Amino acid sequence: MAKPTTPRPSRARTKKAAPPVGADHNRPRPEAPADYKASREDLLEFYRQMVLIRRFEEKAGQLYGLGFIGGFCHLYIGQEAVAVGIQSALEPGKDSVITGYRDHGHMLAYGIDPKVIMAELTGREAGISRGKGGSMHMFSVDHKFYGGHGIVGAQVSLGAGLGFAHKYRGDGGVCVAYFGDGAANQGQVYESFNMAELWKLPIIFVIENNQYAMGTSVNRSSAEDQLYRRGESFRIPGLQVNGMDVLAVRGAAEEAIKWVKEGNGPILLEMKTYRYRGHSMSDPAKYRSREEVQEVREKSDPIEGTKKYLEAAGISEEELKKIDQEIRKIVSDAADFAESSPEPDLDELYTDVLVEQY
Amino acid sequence: MGIEIKMPALSPTMEEGTLAKWLVKAGDEVRSGDILAEIETDKATMEFEAVDEGKIGKIVVAEGTEGVKVGTVIATMAGEGADADGESEEPASKAKEKTPPAKPRAASEAPKKAESGTANLASGAKATVADPDLPEGTEYVKTTVREALRDAMAEEMRADDRVFVMGEEVAEYQGAYKVTQGLLDEFGDKRVIDTPITEYGFAGIGAGAAMGGLKPIVEFMTFNFAMQAIDHIINSAAKTNYMSGGQMRCPIVFRGPNGAASRVAAQHSQNYGPWYAAVPGLIVIAPYDAADAKGLLKAAIRSEDPVVFLENELVYGRSFDVPKVDDYVLPIGKARIVRAGKDVTLVSYSIGVGVALEAAETLAGEGIDAEVIDLRTLRPLDTATVLESLGKTNRMVVVEEGWPVCSISSEIAAVVMERGFDDLDAPVLRVTNEDVPLPYAANLEKAALIDAGRVVEAVKKVCYRA
Repeated sequence: MAKPTTPRPSRARTKKAAPPVGADHNRPRPEAPADYKASREDLLEFYRQMVLIRRFEEKAGQLYGLGFIGGFCHLYIGQEAVAVGIQSALEPGKDSVITGYRDHGHMLAYGIDPKVIMAELTGREAGISRGKGGSMHMFSVDHKFYGGHGIVGAQVSLGAGLGFAHKYRGDGGVCVAYFGDGAANQGQVYESFNMAELWKLPIIFVIENNQYAMGTSVNRSSAEDQLYRRGESFRIPGLQVNGMDVLAVRGAAEEAIKWVKEGNGPILLEMKTYRYRGHSMSDPAKYRSREEVQEVREKSDPIEGTKKYLEAAGISEEELKKIDQEIRKIVSDAADFAESSPEPDLDELYTDVLVEQY
Repeated sequence: MGIEIKMPALSPTMEEGTLAKWLVKAGDEVRSGDILAEIETDKATMEFEAVDEGKIGKIVVAEGTEGVKVGTVIATMAGEGADADGESEEPASKAKEKTPPAKPRAASEAPKKAESGTANLASGAKATVADPDLPEGTEYVKTTVREALRDAMAEEMRADDRVFVMGEEVAEYQGAYKVTQGLLDEFGDKRVIDTPITEYGFAGIGAGAAMGGLKPIVEFMTFNFAMQAIDHIINSAAKTNYMSGGQMRCPIVFRGPNGAASRVAAQHSQNYGPWYAAVPGLIVIAPYDAADAKGLLKAAIRSEDPVVFLENELVYGRSFDVPKVDDYVLPIGKARIVRAGKDVTLVSYSIGVGVALEAAETLAGEGIDAEVIDLRTLRPLDTATVLESLGKTNRMVVVEEGWPVCSISSEIAAVVMERGFDDLDAPVLRVTNEDVPLPYAANLEKAALIDAGRVVEAVKKVCYRA
């Protein structure tokens, strides 16, 4: 019998550090993260990025409906605070990021041009993968964004490898590997946890717990549904974070980065979040009620939450409207670009299978 | 009753060894579990324990003796209560009375010493055509395949500090098959890394490190275990460059022994050549001799593409001539004619090359002059060399230590059908393993694996000499 699945992201624990599990009380543990003390500029930037992701994803949904985007397309709407809160704490060009197939938001949050992302979604030559990767397989080595991986959980081992490379080179970088509550049940995740801790790799494992692995709720798929505890048997400390609050996310990211950069090895962040749309565009989401989604939107929406912070910082409605308009323009330009760019040349079929000629 | 202590087989492939050191002397009382001697096998130095209790009678083989065949009497021991130096003449039948008498067997059905089917694969046949690209007068050094692989890794690790080795038992144990011997001492534990038994995980970590700019060599203890990791080899490593529009590379080498080993049965004996060779985005290399192993592994490590490098446990211990050249690197994707001939072309790779060469020698005695091609690289396949040879001989037999269905042999047959049809004077025949999981029993194993006799038979068919 499944437990009730009502999500409570707004009540997720954020106030104290994850308690030690089992008898191992004496191990050093990270501090309980505090909400990030954002400046006015920080808040505006967070708002801007979250609105960009949301509008971009809404537009992608639209283009999908019009047949411009094919195949699988997984939207990030509802989860914006996670990518924005974490990636704003990273050093671009130094720290690396890897995620699964729900990847548009992370790319936008890492400052990658919305035009080339949208053009990849429409399968055009100008796309970031020259139209050969699509929604699930996008990369920007320049930004140290390593994908965009379609196999659930693969990015966790690959991410541990990126962390390995940081440590091997001694470049001071940290890898952030994002994965979902569904991937959290894959075996290779634990193989990677084991080696990451054994070798003290500089990696932050981020579980974006949006409550549903496709249509299966966490409670129906996870014997231990408190996912932040999933690293404990590997001695990886875990923190549970309100992933709908960008300042809570950023605060946890700061603490995690500090922990990792001090040479303590990996850390696990469970971001309690929620996706408003279906798993992919073809998912009618019958496994949850409209009311459930509506409740989250009303009570915990990350953008509305940020607006409250902005209001408190004395930022006017007009200023936000101006940002909204700018974003709409960026997104509609990206869509125009993606619709009007040519498809790849047929010769592209045979390019880049291998790097070298043999 | 004296007990004969015989040279033990301490690994599935051991045929002989060095009696490095005796830890007992004549007259010593030993109990079961006591260590009698240290014996060097092809892989390691092993301790040899006493099974029986008694007094050591005579040391038959002195310490330091090399090349002691498995089964040779190396010492004698007096049994429990017997006089050690009495050389008791007690009839053997009396000793056996302690156990219930076995059902008498006819001589013909008496169990024989098991002979592995892999003995037929282990011909050690050498190429008769030297590498044409080497200058005359090049010096050659006798090197085992195992050493050649190690040398290749060591040289590339010296040249490029992005190169590192990871896998199970590669460091402190010195390699499950001793291929990485000495690397830990030279390069330290930052670059020679023991992993837990977790193939999926470390294949992914290797692939991720390659994406992050390093050049990993991931050793699988055998490729049978790489099945756990095949997702990363194919979905992560092979497809990355294409999926990213040429932006993100994955320069990694997955290497380890592949194909049938000796008497280890179905789950530990399989040729994955055709599996990986089916995947665009991968380079697949399967060398036969030591020189190719060295030159191609160096090329694999330097490549910017993901490489599956298929070795063979049964040839690790075989010695071949390796050219003494400063930086011996061979081109990927080029087959090699290892024996020139005019009557028929034998196409093979990996351990099958030895079988084909052996068959070619037999055939020469019967007036059939066979050309033998070692494909060396399975992807990309050097079809030009194959078709050119066919143009000369007009007959072809493909020899493959692996299953027949959807195999490299099938692929060669298809290529020849499409692009060499007019050159064919007879249908292409395939000599492959039987289409069954590899059995354990020695006689069944032998029946399942290819041998030179089957190749000779097939050649006679295509030459209409049967």
